[in-house]
Amino acid sequence: MILPLTIQDVSFEIGGIRLIKDLNCTLEAGPRTMILGANGAGKSLFLRLCHGLIRPTTGRVLWQGAKGRDPADAQAMVFQRPVMLRRSVAANVDYALKLRGMAAAERRAAVEDALGHTGLRRLADNPARVLSVGEQQKLALARAWALQPEVLFLDEPTASLDPAATHAVEQIINAIDAAGTRIVMTTHDLGQARRLGDEVMFLNRGRLLEKALAERFFSEPENDLAQAFLKGELLWWQRGRDNLKRNPPKQRRQ
Amino acid sequence: MTDFSDAFGAALGLVLGFDADLAEIVGLSLRVSFLAVAIATAVGLPVGAAIALYRFPGRAALLVAMNALMGLPPVVVGLIVYLTLSRAGPLGVFGLLFTPAAMIFAQMLLVTPIIAALTRQVIEDLWVEYEEQLRSLGAGPGRAVPALLWDGRYSLLTAVLAGFGRASAEVGAVMIVGGNIDHVTRVMTTAIALEVSKGDLALALGLGIVLMALSLGVNGAAFALKEAAERRLG
Ligand SMILES: Nc1ncnc2c1ncn2[C@@H]1O[C@H](COP(=O)(O)OP(=O)(O)OP(=O)(O)O)[C@@H](O)[C@H]1O
Ligand SMILES: [Mg+2]
Repeated sequence: MILPLTIQDVSFEIGGIRLIKDLNCTLEAGPRTMILGANGAGKSLFLRLCHGLIRPTTGRVLWQGAKGRDPADAQAMVFQRPVMLRRSVAANVDYALKLRGMAAAERRAAVEDALGHTGLRRLADNPARVLSVGEQQKLALARAWALQPEVLFLDEPTASLDPAATHAVEQIINAIDAAGTRIVMTTHDLGQARRLGDEVMFLNRGRLLEKALAERFFSEPENDLAQAFLKGELLWWQRGRDNLKRNPPKQRRQ
Repeated sequence: MTDFSDAFGAALGLVLGFDADLAEIVGLSLRVSFLAVAIATAVGLPVGAAIALYRFPGRAALLVAMNALMGLPPVVVGLIVYLTLSRAGPLGVFGLLFTPAAMIFAQMLLVTPIIAALTRQVIEDLWVEYEEQLRSLGAGPGRAVPALLWDGRYSLLTAVLAGFGRASAEVGAVMIVGGNIDHVTRVMTTAIALEVSKGDLALALGLGIVLMALSLGVNGAAFALKEAAERRLG
């Protein structure tokens, strides 16, 4: 167990610009977390900070349960744009397992299993780079599945997938969750967040504005920006004005 | 003009008839250049990859040096190797001067910077694309090297062939350290230089034809391989 994960006063800046601002939260074992927010809100940066790909400028990322173990070994991430190695589908999964030190004899069964669960078995010997976007996304999930991580970060796993592929990917995520992996993912699809989420984190301009149970967040969000976001009005929302009566910008210009 | 066409006819005769002298020279050339490129590849790939992936003091200087060495005139390399291998030089005791080993050594020095510099470019570009994914899977720069070399294999093949092109075409270095001794260190380029100065255009032209065919063949094959692989493997 490496969870819970505590994010303590974390800020992240590049070139003096603060992109993540004073973020505090704790992710316990159990619920599935959906991270919501507009483009550029800092969702991907947040996942990369948690996963240890970038270091916070100030503050700390603490895996409380790690107890001296390297927390990286118990995590995996599916990127917004997954990178496939120039080798077969099966070999891509195999490589990930090899890096984790699994013996060759065990790897074969684990690869078979992961490809079977993601519906990729018939593509096992195809070169991974020529798969369709949806198939590559499934392969990224298969790779994560095979690792059996304690925590899996997913960055918009269904962006640019059609409804059928989205449904398939959601089922894979459900299965990974059922197998005991803690899911932390970002999405722009509010329907998906409702379907998959137990709790929601709402980010805006690098700040965590609300963290709540999903049901509660979708029925009565506390933060005013989150309310505007759920109504799709965040773009022209300004604090202190009567936003509901404002005209959208299309009509204001001219 | 009849001189030329006579010589050309004779040259074709030598090539198509597998003339023994010509075959010996071609054989030695290939052996020397292949071995030189093989050693240069064994050195250049890891060195290029290391420079691509690691930041260390003196890296910038090394980069500049490597790029400068890419354009080093073969005669200068020949001279340096000559001084190193001659009786009074640091490696004089081995008695390697005027042997094929000396020529392999000189060509290896010429080719290694080319392969290392091109490798660095290929690996650096790949790392930009792969870094976060590979780190996430548990491979830092060190453990990623084999995967990066493998994924860059077609571009790296081009780098190795560029090295082979330079090795097989150069005359200055092998002339100085090999001495163009008949049946011992005479290779295609030095033979061409000698035969032209003697006026035996037939053999020179024959060797020239072989050299060009070789270069075209090798590069054509590499191009075709790369194209096919990229279409198939993405
Ligand atoms: N390496 C970087 N250098 C400079 N700015 C960066 C860098 N990485 C991210 N940013 C900026 O940080 C902000 C947050 O980026 P991030 O990728 O986390 O957004 P996001 O919430 O994932 O958006 P999206 O929904 O579009 O994926 C953006 O404004 C982005 O321009
Ligand atoms: Mg993002």
